Amino acid sequence: MIEQYMEYLKQYDGPSITLMEVCGSHTAAIAKSGIRSVLSPKIKLVSGPGCPVCVSPSGYVDQLIHLALEEGVTITTFGDLLRIPGSRMTLNESKGLGAKVEMVYSPMDVIRLAKENPQVRYVFGAVGFETTIPVYTVLLDAIREEKLTNLQLLTALKCMPPVIDWLCEGGAKLDGFIAPGHVSVITGSSYYIPLAQKYRIPFGITGFNPKELVAGIYGIVRMCEKKEELLSAGKVLVKNFYTSVVTEQGNTRALEKMETYFEPGPAVWRGMGNIPGSGLYLKPEFSLYDAGSRGLDDDQKINKACRCDQVLMGKIASKECPLFGKVCTPLSPQGACMVSSEGSCYQNYLNRDN
Amino acid sequence: MCVALPGKVTELIDDKYASVDFNGNIVKAATGLVEVKPGDRVLVHAGCIIQTVSQDEADELEDLFKELDAF
Repeated sequence: MIEQYMEYLKQYDGPSITLMEVCGSHTAAIAKSGIRSVLSPKIKLVSGPGCPVCVSPSGYVDQLIHLALEEGVTITTFGDLLRIPGSRMTLNESKGLGAKVEMVYSPMDVIRLAKENPQVRYVFGAVGFETTIPVYTVLLDAIREEKLTNLQLLTALKCMPPVIDWLCEGGAKLDGFIAPGHVSVITGSSYYIPLAQKYRIPFGITGFNPKELVAGIYGIVRMCEKKEELLSAGKVLVKNFYTSVVTEQGNTRALEKMETYFEPGPAVWRGMGNIPGSGLYLKPEFSLYDAGSRGLDDDQKINKACRCDQVLMGKIASKECPLFGKVCTPLSPQGACMVSSEGSCYQNYLNRDN
Repeated sequence: MCVALPGKVTELIDDKYASVDFNGNIVKAATGLVEVKPGDRVLVHAGCIIQTVSQDEADELEDLFKELDAF
């Protein structure tokens, strides 16, 4: 069957279709699979603002560095965050000034560190979308149960629907969305129905291996072609092509826990500005566990010519940025999209021969 | 960042953690978001099990595409 879908996508000769993937893991998986090179020229895939590390503003990184330089404080976080530029430097570079920064693979690793070193105040750099936010609720449960007083979170948590809404409202020329697969594991496929109805635009929840990508893209292309018929029949333009792990309602336990700990608020997306209701913050009753996450809105570029913001909005391809592949490479990233291994420029650089 | 990998639960360590086998590599993962038992295939993200994996995706996809083709 997959060969059949692939053939359809190769031979497609209908109206031009532009699909946006709004998940950094999709950006990486699509680039790695080389799928773009075999699609019909009439099907274009563009990357959106789907890497939470890439869209964290410089003010957030600056605050992590500020804390890491404080006496007795250690920052722990995921590896990608160590390389993202603040207004003056990265977390990694701040180590040269004496900042205490440790990389971990899981937020749960910090529980052991906090227990073993009660004299150290640990702050976890907690970035993420809906996939990762529930993991922080499990960490918060553990902090409370273990009565740990030396572990807090500095959060930069963001939700997908407000930014998709913002893109559509801003007139992004898109025909459909490759909806984020692992965000949808938590939220369920019904999460996108209001947006699909508001903008009459198809959403297809898609997996990550090459076969799943082909099936998902085929499904979304078919939805684009049959859009009017589907709407006339009263169907919603949301389909789940990742049924092995995504359900209609998602992981309800995870969603309940998110609601227990967090509340929505405005959040700055790097290069895009403040999007109302797109952030999640610890509720006031849990402020004991918050290292000061609100209001970290400063958003500065380290290279004025960097066009990451337009790449993140799907307005230009990485290669259209004058810095791409010249002064901006994974070894000397000038902007956030080249920093994270899930950034679109990083992936486009790595797979530039595909 | 949202990468999640499928593995198989080999044992429950306690009421908060399980051992998960990723092609022979056994990793400890938190169970706070999903109730699991040994033998379950699960999806793990950032050291935490976020969902159990069902096996019949291919059949469901065919049904979905048939439904789309019917329009």
